[in-house]
Amino acid sequence: MEDDKLLMEDEDTQKDKYLTFTLGDEVYGIDIKVVIEIIGIQKITVVPEVPEYVKGIINLRGKIIPVVDMHLRFRRQGKEYTDRTCIVVIDVNDVLIGLIVDGVSEVLTIDEKNVVPPPELKASQNKYIRSIGKIGESVVLLLDWMKLFSEDDQSLFDDMSSEETVEQAAE
Amino acid sequence: MAEPMVEVFIFETRQFLEQLEQIALGSEEQGGFSEEDVNEIFRAMHTIKGSAAMMMFDQVSTLAHSVEDIFFYIRELKPAKVDATAITDIVLNAVDFMRIEMDKLDAGGTPDMSSEELRAYTKDFLRNMKLDNGHDPDIDLRKAKNAKKSSEATGEGASAPAPEPEPEKKQYYIGAAKPAAPAPAAEGTSGTQHVFEATVFFQQGCEMEEVRAFGVVNNMKEKVKELHYLPEKILEDESATDTIRNMGFRLFFTTDLNYDEVKAELDQTIFLDRLELKEVGSVAELEYWPSQETIAITALENSEPIKPDMPPVQRDLSGPVKKPAPAKGGDGAQMITVRVDKLDKLMDLVGEMVIAEAMVTQNPDLKGMELDNFAKAARQLHKINGELQDSVMALRMVPLEGTFKKMNRIVRDMTKKLGKKARLVLVGESTEVDKNINEHISDPLMHIVRNSVDHGIEMPEVRVEAGKEEMGTVILSAENAGGEVVIKIKDDGGGLNKEKILERARKNGILTKPESELTDREIYSFIFAPGFSTKEAVTEFSGRGVGMDVVVSNIKSLGGKVIVDSEPGQGSTTTIKIPLTLAIIEGMSVSVGGSRFTVPINYISRSFRPEDGAIFRDPDGSEMIMVQGKCCPVVRLYDMYGIPDAIHEPTDGILLLLETGDSRFGVMADELLGVQEIVVKPVPKYISRMMKTTGISGCTLLGDGSISLIIDPQQVHNIIFD
Repeated sequence: MEDDKLLMEDEDTQKDKYLTFTLGDEVYGIDIKVVIEIIGIQKITVVPEVPEYVKGIINLRGKIIPVVDMHLRFRRQGKEYTDRTCIVVIDVNDVLIGLIVDGVSEVLTIDEKNVVPPPELKASQNKYIRSIGKIGESVVLLLDWMKLFSEDDQSLFDDMSSEETVEQAAE
Repeated sequence: MAEPMVEVFIFETRQFLEQLEQIALGSEEQGGFSEEDVNEIFRAMHTIKGSAAMMMFDQVSTLAHSVEDIFFYIRELKPAKVDATAITDIVLNAVDFMRIEMDKLDAGGTPDMSSEELRAYTKDFLRNMKLDNGHDPDIDLRKAKNAKKSSEATGEGASAPAPEPEPEKKQYYIGAAKPAAPAPAAEGTSGTQHVFEATVFFQQGCEMEEVRAFGVVNNMKEKVKELHYLPEKILEDESATDTIRNMGFRLFFTTDLNYDEVKAELDQTIFLDRLELKEVGSVAELEYWPSQETIAITALENSEPIKPDMPPVQRDLSGPVKKPAPAKGGDGAQMITVRVDKLDKLMDLVGEMVIAEAMVTQNPDLKGMELDNFAKAARQLHKINGELQDSVMALRMVPLEGTFKKMNRIVRDMTKKLGKKARLVLVGESTEVDKNINEHISDPLMHIVRNSVDHGIEMPEVRVEAGKEEMGTVILSAENAGGEVVIKIKDDGGGLNKEKILERARKNGILTKPESELTDREIYSFIFAPGFSTKEAVTEFSGRGVGMDVVVSNIKSLGGKVIVDSEPGQGSTTTIKIPLTLAIIEGMSVSVGGSRFTVPINYISRSFRPEDGAIFRDPDGSEMIMVQGKCCPVVRLYDMYGIPDAIHEPTDGILLLLETGDSRFGVMADELLGVQEIVVKPVPKYISRMMKTTGISGCTLLGDGSISLIIDPQQVHNIIFD
């Protein structure tokens, strides 16, 4: 978050602006400043030994970018990809990553005063949500993109152990 | 970061330091300094002194000056008694000092360490050396030499007041572009132009007059229109110092500044003793003013149309016409220093081009077309691209020589301190490796060589007792073997003590297997564990248990490996193998289900479709195949990577027989897609940190834009074999 302060001046125009996208029935928002571009779903190269939610890598004009299925990332049932399915490419501290979402809607400005912190629930679901924004009657779940990179995600290791058994068989 | 000027200074100085170190070490070995060495050292120190003074790094420049004095003395008076070892020490100490300062400067700091102590020591040493050789310790060599020179010459010596430059001297200009500027034209038309003649005298005994004079020039250059000075070659000509000392440093210039301003400027000169400044009416009245014509010629060859625009040439006819020297370094410019990031960028671009070429020539739109001419042109393109790639690659290749030679110093310092006798023999130091490798190999090598001398080579008495030559030998060798560079460090010392290592490993709790199952190599490899040391006493060089683990981590980061062999009483050998992983390799692409994989071509010994029943299973279910009388294990890629929809029947697929080192194994895929030059791209970090042992070393883009994963046979080998 320190970055925010440093970049304040440049970010003025991007401040409080969020790209909203749908995931199941919910509307999520992500800070527009980390979004690089939005591309349609394309051929994904599967890589071995990664958690289920990492669908693989794509070629974005010569750059190789990992893509993550957000349904699976939030431990929900995966959804068939349609032509509405999009990949939102974000850049966090020079790491590029693609987020597969059901579809993008629009860029919204949500005033700081309309943003409230999420309730502290026992179920850990909320850890990816930084805050909740209000737009009239509807709400937007604002994504904490830093958490997407957290390494201490248990699911990261769940798949590893199953991979290891495969390898041991190979040995 | 650092300014370009500073960057160049650091770079050049470092090169000189390296050179100095090598010469000094070489001389010590021969037991004395050859004339050539003395000249070389003198020259290097002289240059460092000059440029350091220019950059205002006084501590460095004065130190260089004091060392230079020693060599000046040796060169001029050729003393009989020269303690080569002591002088080498002085040179090396000075080199170390400057190197630290350069590092500091590189890191954005200021070189501010005082060299006072070193300088004082050096001066005392020189004094003692002069006394030892029966010379007057206070003799002013530079003066003595110049006096000699001038008497030998025409008599027009430096000591005689000679306002006119010697005819044989060449012209030296600062800032060649300046005279070409339209400024001189203003001279005739505007009255604001002042012409000055200044003579600067430095304080007695301030030393390094020539460097200080250069500082004046540098300072004034900014403020004047045109500047000439005597002596002309301040830094190049050794007699310049003397001339400046005796007759002052004479400056002739035109400027917009008035008398007082100029005086104020010059008064700021450090160590200024006396300043004579006079304003004259025009340049014609100056004692020394090289013609505009000659300047114009230097600045712009064959510039006829410009000539008429020049002010009327008012040449001081009493002075001989001088031919300006060509720009410094003009004809010797066969080397050029390039920033590494530029090379990297070039390399990336070439990589992109290789992909782009494949995208064009293997474009799916072209399928099934008769394209004779296209194919011809494409082949031509391919050939040129290949050559371009090779050339770019070669740009990054540097011989290991520099890194290897650094080890000389380490062996010398250590043997001296430890009272051991050892020599370092270099073999194959001209082997070229990628710059990246060269950089990362330096630290590991240093640690291993240190270890060899410290732990391996015994004390001279012990060696004699064991019936060995008193002088120990460490052989550092390098060779290219296939796709790898193999570096060996071999010593003829006592070898590793297996028992001691085991004992310590037990204590540290790093045993991975029952002791009886450990092979010798596995035991020896414990020395690379962090915090591992069998030495009771910590020495200055080793025994702290840090270092050797750096070896492994550094080499692993290059994708290489380290093996230690040892023979008790005979010495030990450390072998480092590093793949010449260049960013562009030739690879065979295969498809497995919907996925593509690429295998570096140099690992593939053959590929074939196995016959029915050729692949058999052992009781554990592991598959293998007989190839040329040898039993090779087989892995199915779809199995290993969990790929659906792949061909499961071996007779329908293809088997690649891969060879790594001395073992072979089969890899089963669906179909061969063809050989292609591929650009290795790293797997994104986000993903690579999740996968550790998959045998995937990177990825690449295929001609159709799809991604293929690069299989590292070495890793797969490690997965299959124990």
